[in-house]
Order: sequence, then structure tokens, then C-alpha cells
Amino acid sequence: MSQTHLSGQVSIVGAATAGIGWETGNSVSEIMAEAVLSALDEAGLSVRDVDGVFAVTPYYWMPSATLADQLGIQPKVTDSTNIGGASVVAHVGHAVRAIVSGQCEVAVIAYASTQRSDGGKLVTGADILPFERPYGALFPISGYAMLMQRHMYEHGTTREQLAQVAVSASQWASLNPDALKPEAISVADVLASPLISDPLRKLDICLVTNGGGAIVLTSRDRAKKLRKPAISVLGTGESHSHCYVSNMRSYTATAGVESGRAAYEMAGLGPKDMDVVQIYDAFTIMVLLGLEDLGFCAKGEGGRMVDRGIGPGSKLPVNTSGGGLRYCHPGMFGIFLLVEAVRQLRNECGKRQVENTRRALVHGFGGVVAGNATVILGRDG
Amino acid sequence: MSEKTPSRPLPETRNAGEKFWKAAAEGSLLVPKCTACARTFWHPRPRCPHCGSNRVDWIKGSGGGTVHTFTVVRQSGDPFFKTRVPYAVAMVELDEGPRMMTNVVDCPVDSVKIGMRVEVVFEAAGENLAIPMFRPAGSAK
Ligand SMILES: [Zn+2]
Repeated sequence: MSQTHLSGQVSIVGAATAGIGWETGNSVSEIMAEAVLSALDEAGLSVRDVDGVFAVTPYYWMPSATLADQLGIQPKVTDSTNIGGASVVAHVGHAVRAIVSGQCEVAVIAYASTQRSDGGKLVTGADILPFERPYGALFPISGYAMLMQRHMYEHGTTREQLAQVAVSASQWASLNPDALKPEAISVADVLASPLISDPLRKLDICLVTNGGGAIVLTSRDRAKKLRKPAISVLGTGESHSHCYVSNMRSYTATAGVESGRAAYEMAGLGPKDMDVVQIYDAFTIMVLLGLEDLGFCAKGEGGRMVDRGIGPGSKLPVNTSGGGLRYCHPGMFGIFLLVEAVRQLRNECGKRQVENTRRALVHGFGGVVAGNATVILGRDG
Repeated sequence: MSEKTPSRPLPETRNAGEKFWKAAAEGSLLVPKCTACARTFWHPRPRCPHCGSNRVDWIKGSGGGTVHTFTVVRQSGDPFFKTRVPYAVAMVELDEGPRMMTNVVDCPVDSVKIGMRVEVVFEAAGENLAIPMFRPAGSAK
């Protein structure tokens, strides 16, 4: 059934991050709560207005209940859907439907992690297939390495093109005062960084940091009365194609094709209408796969598209915060993609602001491109 | 012998994989095949992921396959695997159709290529257990 009637009915009215850094004195639930309160404050709403709670984090058994408990909320809608780093992007679609149907009025979506302080490694509840256990694949690094290897083989994608994704991220990060790695890097730096799981090198891989974020959503009508310019949710889509690396039908394509199509159809828009793009970049290869599967170029053309430029001043600005590669990466990065897209649409991004941004696309990946969720946002006028 | 040598993480040998691991210990590679829709699949499970039938049986695989994609793991925090780096992890497309995750062994890691022909070889692990791995085809000693 067509979803077009949902397009533009719900707005994002608050967006905030909290606790981004290498060290933190706060717990994961405290960081989530702080992000939610900041996002509500931006909108001029209070925690008493919240009746929909959406949250995910590998730290808790029931993340939405943990967050609601921390804030003293008993919600009418609760959702802890976990499809990895795509989760909160998928939550946007769920929140839209809950608000349009009248199930709740004000929804918050939050994520946080202190993985840097907790050993400096990705904290994940992910299970690997028991049949994969004896072979020593690094999760999720080796999975992405095998995607990268196959993309290079099938499409002639070069190591230099993939390195350029990290270089572009570093250029964006240098314009973001909150980026934890603002130093410029070159293609040569990426190619000289240590091999971790061939052909993936250290600088192809995201940071490991602490941090959290939250957004607040409400109906289009209520949004008009609030403090910040409302950012409309124009399209949403979600899917997953597999759970385990072993069961991928393709090692060069993702279910972003389907989640993207659903979001474009709901919005009545296409890739040409997007002014900025935020694609989850835990590994450089993800940006190529996202650009291809979301229709910004043909399958196999991602490397050449990156050569044409995705950095500051380019025709298609991608990951304007510096992304998971250079801004921050507390695990499931989806919330930071959403917050950055909202800030670009509100014209709040200072030196990294993309002029005349009216439409933004956000795409989250989870696991080894298992979970996929796409959101299209827009501002009026 | 003061320190216990770390051992390879072992698979779950109960449930749908029981016959697979029993056959592996005897040196043969079984492949799950649905008798309702006649298609093979990986990984072993009680119902066919193509058609949902529970008429799942096994065929004896030829042991031959082709490297579909791979990676060479250079660093690991695991007590066993850190003693084995660098090693090749691959998705091997079996001649019977499905792809399985495995290691490519008995060759320099830098010689592993997509498209290379490989054959199954079993590495003993634990008690009455053998792990299917693959080596370049025709490299029998
Ligand atoms: Zn079947």
C-alpha cells in the first residue's frame, strides 16, 4: 500500500548530541537522558510532553524501558527495535506511524554508548553464526573486508578510490568543531596505515568513541507552534536481507535498494532531489555501497563517483559531519546521521554548512550491511 | 608445558548441524538439500530457507569449490587466533551451490585470489571433531 499520505505529516523538532568524546563520567542511560532533555529543550518541550519512547543501545536488555525509567516516563508507545546501526533510522519510520495514527503525540528517539571507556572496542550484542565460529573472522571488520574485496574484483574499484572516502571525511571533520579527529589525511596516509583485514586498513575503519544523541518528533501541526524550524519527515523505508555474513545473497549489493525505494516512493522524490547525504560510514566501502544502492550512481560506479568528489564544495556533499570515520563513533552511528541532517536543514552548521539545503537523505546500515533504513527529510520553503 | 595452549573456538555440534559435524569428523563434507524444492543451501537448519519445507536431507559434497570473496586477517584479540595471524577467511562457493565461510590454508595468504579453485581439507580440533577448510585444488601432498 502506498505510504505517500504519511509524507510530511510528522516533523523533527529537536535534535541533540551528548557526551561525545574519549572519556566520560556518565553512564549510557545518563547520556541518553541528557541528549533527550537537550533535544526537548531546543523544541521548548518538557519531558512531561513525551508519550513515545524509542531507544537502542547494546548496553541494556530493554533500552526504551531503561531510558523511560531514567526520565520518569510511562509511555504509550515503546520501541527498542534493534537492526544494528540502522536501528534509530528505522525508529523514525515507526514514530511517524505512531504519531499519525494518534497512538502518541511526542516521540523521542535516543542512542548512547561508552564503548571507548569500556575497553576501546566495539561493544555489540551481535551473535555470529555457530558455523562461522571456528574460522576467526573479525566481527564486523572481516565481513566488510570481504565486501570491499568483491567490489574491487567485480567493478574495478581501486584502493585509492576507497581511501578517498576517508580523505573526504577528514575534510568535512576539519570544518566541524566537535569532530574528534579533525586532522587532514591524504590517500597516501590511508594506504600507509596498517592492514587489519585485507584490503581494509586502519584508516578505512571508524573511530571508537563515547557519545549519544536524540531527536524529538511530533505532528506537523504541533511542530508549527514550537521553537525551532520544523524539519519534515518526507520518506522512510527499512529492510534486512540477512543476519549473518554467511547468508548474504550478494557481496556487492544491500537491502538499501529496497529501503531506499520505499523512502523515495513515500516522499515522491528521487536521488537527484537530495542536497546532502548522510550514509553510515563505519568502513569506507559502506559509502560506495550506499551511493550505488540508493541510486546516486549505477552499481559499480561508486568509486568513480567518489573520485568526482563527495567532500566540501562538491556537487553531492556526503557525511558533512566527518562521519563515523572522523567525527565520532560510539557504535551504532544512526542517531548522528539524523542529527547532522537536521542541523544542515536548519542551516546551523557553520563552516561546513551546505548552501541552500532543502532535502537530506539519511541511510543507516546495521551488522554487516544486514539492517538497512532510509529516511528523507526536508524543510519548507 | 606451563601455559595451556589456547584452542580453536569450536562450533555448536548439536541441533541441525549434528550430522554435518559427525560426517566432517569422518572426512566428508555434507551439504543440506531440500527434497521438496531440490535446492541446496547453507547453513544447516531444520527447514529449507527457499521453500519452508521440513523435508531437508543431506548430499555428500564433492569437496570442490571456488573462492567467492576473502580477507586476510592480520590482527586478532582472540587468544587462539592471535597465534595464527595472518590467515585467510573466505566465502567459498561449493560446487553444489551454496557458499560457506571457511579458511583457505596450505598456501601463502598472499596467493589467495577470488576465483581460485579450492578443495576441502579437514583440520582436527577437540575430541572427535574436524573443521572443514579449503586448500588450493590439486595441492594434495
Ligand atoms: Zn525447499
